[in-house]
Amino acid sequence: MGMTTAQKIFAAHLVDEPFAGTKVLGIDVVMCHEITTPIAIADLMARGKDRVFDNAKIKAVIDHVTPSKDSKTATQAKMLRDWARRHDIKDFFDIGANGVCHALFPEKGFIRPGNTVIMGDSHTCTHGAFGAFAAGVGTTDLEVGILKGVCAFREPKTIRINLNGTLPKGVFAKDAILRVIGELTVNGATDRVIEFGGPIVDGMTMESRMTLCNMAIEAGGTSGICAPDRVTVDYLWPFISDSFASKEAAVAEYSKWASDADAEYDKVIDLDLSNLTPLCTFGYKPDQVKSIDEMAGQPVDQVYLGSCTNGRLEDLRVAAQILKGKKIAPTVRGILSPATPQIYKDAVAEGLIQIFMDAGFCVTNPTCGACLGMSNGVLAEGEVCASTTNRNFMGRMGKGGMVHLLSPATAAASAIEGKLADPRKYL
Amino acid sequence: MKKFGGPALFLDRSDINTDEIIPAKYLTEITKEDLKPYLLEDLKLPGFDPKSEKTYGAGAVVTRANFGCGSSREHAPWVFEVNGINVVIAQSFARIFRQNMFNCGMAAIELSPEKIDQLFSYAGAADAAIEVDVANSTLTIRGGGREESMQFEISPFDKALVLAGGWVDYADSKY
Repeated sequence: MGMTTAQKIFAAHLVDEPFAGTKVLGIDVVMCHEITTPIAIADLMARGKDRVFDNAKIKAVIDHVTPSKDSKTATQAKMLRDWARRHDIKDFFDIGANGVCHALFPEKGFIRPGNTVIMGDSHTCTHGAFGAFAAGVGTTDLEVGILKGVCAFREPKTIRINLNGTLPKGVFAKDAILRVIGELTVNGATDRVIEFGGPIVDGMTMESRMTLCNMAIEAGGTSGICAPDRVTVDYLWPFISDSFASKEAAVAEYSKWASDADAEYDKVIDLDLSNLTPLCTFGYKPDQVKSIDEMAGQPVDQVYLGSCTNGRLEDLRVAAQILKGKKIAPTVRGILSPATPQIYKDAVAEGLIQIFMDAGFCVTNPTCGACLGMSNGVLAEGEVCASTTNRNFMGRMGKGGMVHLLSPATAAASAIEGKLADPRKYL
Repeated sequence: MKKFGGPALFLDRSDINTDEIIPAKYLTEITKEDLKPYLLEDLKLPGFDPKSEKTYGAGAVVTRANFGCGSSREHAPWVFEVNGINVVIAQSFARIFRQNMFNCGMAAIELSPEKIDQLFSYAGAADAAIEVDVANSTLTIRGGGREESMQFEISPFDKALVLAGGWVDYADSKY
């Protein structure tokens, strides 16, 4: 019997199996941000164990609230900053170099096929797009990861999702993943890895694959996973070119992590997306999804473009394509947060930022900010946001506020009309 | 051995997420104790008052499916811990929340829908209370003059974490 990607990664990283069904894995990349790490640091200090297992395998960024908005967030940033300096963590990203962790760390080439990755952040599943096992964990798991470089898991089964057909015009990775979550429901993948494949995924950019994997957690999934291929190698090439004679050699090496043809899945779901329409959530759970046809016309107060789901360059490009030469509705506040400084710079160079600003958008620095209602675009009671983010929980973007999850294209169209709108007529 | 349970707080809905358990705006606190006043602050349920004595006097939570979905924030188990709640009993949990509970040396117990219904039959009793014996995998509920006990399943690893007082102590002695 063949193995899935997740099974191969578990087998290659197994450190201990203290009880049947519990696997303690060695971790290749331990990622830290300023919200969930400081309490781990404080606990390690209180225990007299202020150490790190490997300062090269630990990556840290201040991203959730940056620049700090008050004394408390300044203290959190300082705790992470002081700790990173104390332990000589080279890959630490502060003001000027910082961005949304799940966009920044892939951009730096930190995640490679076959890696194990943990972070005190539920959207860590994003990094599975590189053929890695990447799981969000709590502060205690993070603390042990920092100290010992290990993490315990129940070995997850794998749900294979084949995205078949071709995505129609105006329909993107975000629509595809909302469709998948609608299919699986919010806990349909609990204790499961979601492996994305099929012709649509094969043809996707790494950015789009990250959008897919990013929302695996919204179906309860432990990690998203895409098989590493030529697209993966092209993305990673600036970081791996010294290690391989050719891209073909890299593809050949990384392909060993792909699931075997006879791998055993918990479930295989085939979805033909050739007739998919742009989608939009309607309630307070990410599996409450409807076609934009049914949702169009509902007014929005704010349009937010950014986050680890959809704050990457290709997201900005498609939104700018729709916004070019147009103004957003006077009743709408448009906010764009490019996910990383590099994305911001590229967007400036391509003239995208000019388009957003001319359309009436406020462009902020890279940060998680508004997505979780911590800064940079918090909603007032009763307000509604059309958002490219990943969670529509009640109050997520501010107490009493409502969020509709949708693609960057649908967000841009909605900004123009001041209400939920179909992007297809603008493309 | 540490005592698990206490007065029961019944939260009759599935998919209660971590934003409802502890809103993100309080994630700027850097000690667990500082989270204390914000327990379940944004949870909206018929008849549920987050600020009531019932909520703050609880020692165990009984709820439905997929409890603790959403964010990885360990602030969710912590806000229970600092308020004296060290057991959550549900039909199912989101993975990260469940692991966080055990990692903190607390118990996240899964029961069948039938057994959860059975526990909810005590929701009307003002004195409903639950006592959990982790070592023997049994729980007892009392209230309104009734009492019953039931077995639950807990993985040997999760039990070991509870008995060790959490994952840091366990891992530190072993790896």
